[in-house]
Order: sequence, then C-alpha cells, then structure tokens
Amino acid sequence: MVVDNLQARYVAAIDNDRLEDWPGFFTDPCRYEIISAENVEQNLPLGVFFADSRAMLADRVASLRRANIYEAQRYRHIVSPALVLPPADNLTRAQTNFLVVRIMLDGDMRLFMSGRYLDAIDLSGPTALFAEKRVIFDNRRIDTLLALPI
Amino acid sequence: MMRPCVFADVRADRDAAAALRGGDKLVGRPRLRNDIDLVWPKEGLRRIPYEVYAREDIYARERARIFEGPTWNFLCLEIELPNPGAYRATFVGDVPVIVARHGDGTLHAFENRCLHRGAMLCLKPGTGKEISCVYHNWTYDLTGRLTGVAFQKGVNGKGGMPPEFSTAGRHLRQLRVATFAGLVFGTFADDTPALETYLGPEIAARIRRVMAKPIRPMGSVSQYLHSNWKVYADNLRDSYHASLLHLFFTTFKLNRLSMQGGIIVSENGANHVSYSKMASDRDDDYDAAKLRAKQDNFGLSDRTMLQGRDEFGDGITLQILTVFPGFIMHQIQNSLAVRQILPKRVDETELNWTYFGFADDDDAMRTIRLKQTNLVGPGGYISMEDGAVVNFVQRTLPGGIGDASIVEMGGAGTSSQDTRVTESAVRGFWHAYRERMGV
Repeated sequence: MVVDNLQARYVAAIDNDRLEDWPGFFTDPCRYEIISAENVEQNLPLGVFFADSRAMLADRVASLRRANIYEAQRYRHIVSPALVLPPADNLTRAQTNFLVVRIMLDGDMRLFMSGRYLDAIDLSGPTALFAEKRVIFDNRRIDTLLALPI
Repeated sequence: MMRPCVFADVRADRDAAAALRGGDKLVGRPRLRNDIDLVWPKEGLRRIPYEVYAREDIYARERARIFEGPTWNFLCLEIELPNPGAYRATFVGDVPVIVARHGDGTLHAFENRCLHRGAMLCLKPGTGKEISCVYHNWTYDLTGRLTGVAFQKGVNGKGGMPPEFSTAGRHLRQLRVATFAGLVFGTFADDTPALETYLGPEIAARIRRVMAKPIRPMGSVSQYLHSNWKVYADNLRDSYHASLLHLFFTTFKLNRLSMQGGIIVSENGANHVSYSKMASDRDDDYDAAKLRAKQDNFGLSDRTMLQGRDEFGDGITLQILTVFPGFIMHQIQNSLAVRQILPKRVDETELNWTYFGFADDDDAMRTIRLKQTNLVGPGGYISMEDGAVVNFVQRTLPGGIGDASIVEMGGAGTSSQDTRVTESAVRGFWHAYRERMGV
C-alpha cells in the first residue's frame, strides 16, 4: 500500500510536469537507471540514462528545461499494483509494471514504453523514498528520443 | 530505341501513375540526364534536392547501387561473434543478413533468406554448426551453403524433390567479409576495393586510435528515427550544427566551435572524422555571435559525469567518424560506441547503438562510461536533439519537392579543414552518393 502510494505520487509528478519534484522521490545517494530488458538479461550494464545522486537527477531536469531541444510532449504512466519482493539491506523491494503513453503537442498519442520498475524503497524516514529505481524497458527500440524521465 | 528503357520508367510516383495510364506518353519526353530522372541543381554539391529524401524509387535504387553495390557495410563487432559456431542477424541497408563464425574460425556473411520460399532463417544470436529454416527445415552450414532439404527423397517412396534436384552448389547469397580493428564489414559487390583502401589511411588511423586494445561490449539500444536515412547521415557529417543545436555540449565547453579541432574527409568524400579538444577554448567568437547556446549561468550540480580520463593520451575529447554509407563510431570523452544506420522505409530509419569499453577497464572506468552514456544515445544530453531535427526535416519534404537545401558552409569543396564550421563532410557524402547512384 505504501509502495503503491509512492509509485502513484511518483508518476503523477512526471505526468503533471512537476519534474522539479522528481529528485525528491529518491534518497541521496541513490541509483536510478533506464535500461533495456535485453541488456539486463545479457548482464550488460549500459542503458539510456544513469544517475547515482539527487544532484544528477536535478541536472537532468535542468537540462531538459533549459538546454535540450525536443518537441513538446507529455507522458501518461499506467502502473500495476506493486509486487512486493523479499526485502534486502533494510530496504523494501518491489516490482511494478508500467506502460507509458507519449502524447505530442500535435495530438499524436502512442505507446512509448512498457516495462517494469525494480525498486528498493527506504521506509525508515517520514516519507517513503526510492534508494534504487531500475527502469527496465521491454521495447529495445526507442521511438525518436527519450527526454522525460520514466 | 522507340521507347524509354524499363529503368527509365521507374520514376517518381506522379510520373509512374501517368505511365501506367498510358506509357506512350513517355515517348518524346526530353532525354533524361540519368536513369533515375533526377536533375541535380547546377550548383552541384552546394545543393541537395529534397526529393532524394522522399522518393520511393530512389530508395529502391539505393538498395541496389549503394547497399548492395560497391560499399562496405558494418555488420557487427568481431567480439560479438567470440566463438566458432556463433552467428547473429544483422542488416545491410534493409536487407536481412546473417554474419557467422564458422567452426574453423573464419567469418562469413550471407543473406538471411531461405533459398526455398524466402523465409527468414535467423532472428536472434545463436550458436551451432548449421542454421535451419523453421518453415520447411532446409539447412545451411555457417558459410551459407545448403546442406539439407527435409524429405528430399519423399516419405515411403512418395513425394519428395525431383531426382535431378541436388543441394550441391546452392548457396545463400554471399557477402565478402573483411575485418578491420575488430570491426566486421561485408559487401555484396565483387568490385568493392579492399576494406582498408576503402577506409583511407586517415580514417583507418582514427579507427585504430579507438580500437587500441581488446574491447568489451557494454550494452546496445535501438533508436527509431522518422526520417530518411540520409537525413541522419547528413546530420552526422554536419559539424556545423553541433554547438548550435546541442546546447548542453556548448554550455559545458565540450564542443565549442572555437576549440581546437577539425574535420578530415577521405579522398573520395565517402568517409570522415570530426574531432575536437576541450582545451584552448576562446569565448570571444561566441560572445560576438550572441548565440542562443551561450548561457553562462547554467551549471551542473553533479560534475562526476564529466570527470573522465584522457584514455587515448592525445587530449581529443570528441571524435565522430563515419564510413559510407551507414557506419558511425564515436568517442565522446569516455563514451565509446558504434552505430549502424539502417533504412527501414523511405521515411523511417533504425539506428543501432552498441556501446563498448575495454576488457581491462577497472570499476571506476566502468562507472565513468556508465555516467557518460547520459551524454550520447537516444536520450543523451548532446544527442537527443538529432532525433527531433531529422524528423523536422522529413516533415517539410512535401513542400520541398523541386527545391534544394543549401550546403555552402566552408565553401564548395569536400576537403579536410581545420575548422568544424564547415559542411565539407556533408558534401563529401553527396559526392560519394552521386557517383554510386549515377545522378
């Protein structure tokens, strides 16, 4: 329930363009990555994005807001109930499936990504935080570009 | 000849439709400058007619004359076929191809299309002595030679192939394979020059510079572009856009045009390398130009991403290299990758990225490469814009037919230059393209 709530608040921040709130869902340091299921299966470490601090996440937002050029777009995340996994290192572990629909300014809407979050969640503080969030996407192919966080 | 030859009848959709209604109307048309019915602007390489990015007939000709013609096409990294018996599916242009390491260690490539009914033979990497078609179980060895036909003699004396049918001498369409510094290339044509000659000495040297020691694959990803493949090929050779479009790069002084650097175009124009060093940057040129890209108050709060190593010992922080038609290698700080440009349709292109490091990387180096992947890739700080702009170009093509783009930065030539404010490598690409296409 706590995990579902965290997940719901997390995707709402992204979908409602509150990207500045996004780093605040993580502990510091943390681990956030977007990587294909194919690479994970082959034990290959590189994905599309990697961060190990809140500052790196904040840099991503700053860059998206001020530096990068991409066509105006937003996401709609659809997430499954969390499958809670055995805890490790005093962290709650969970898998949550997701679909991301990308909506462009011109009205085009298509399924952009499907996959699963593999999360390690720190419940020790007043607010649940992601210590680790691995975004493992099923589609090897990324349409046009990936700008906003998943 | 009373009528234009068949080839000349292959033309833009509008003309093809007219031809179908009454082919005789084509008699008396002005004599074509070439069999593709494309009139190149009189300015030569300083103009690119937009229809080359939009016409289906030109797309089909590119398959025959470029991808299946006298060009070397990147198939995979040699390390992706580490052991005898390993094979994998890849493409040359939009033609499915298998590349394999035979039991004797030699590399082979052949078309991924069964001789029987044309089914695709291989969808994912595998290992074995032979490859069988799932449809009717015709089998091939790892040189592409047909070795078996299921039920060739029939069952219980009934059915089967005619007695005169033999598997001998039947072979999947073969490519000639050559490797250079751990890169595997293939060509369909017999008259393609030797790979190292094709690369040219300067491009070869800069491939060797990166592939200096044994590598280790670190991950791959595909990016689907909604543009003709040549719009992206242009983008890669266009060093002019780098600090104007990719603001992240500029702001963090990774690739200002005023930096020490330049562009090398191979003698035939086909291949190029663009490079720069982080040192010796001057702010004046930028301040004078008042570029949008200049935003001094923008800073990174976590700079560990940029704390790389000068692993090649020459201070070069960016090297982008292309080999005609569809190969790319980049070194951007410590991010290393090869890319394969694969046309899918006239207006769609797949970009296959394969990142790598070196086998002797320590943990710290692996982390650096992990973080610097944030720079370059489908979501990279300095590359995501390319996915957007190639589509911006493609979308305007309906209005651009009959018009041409302007490619005059750095003059009209295709020579190497000690500045990156040039489009000479773009012109080099089109020189090579026109030569092969006969336009």
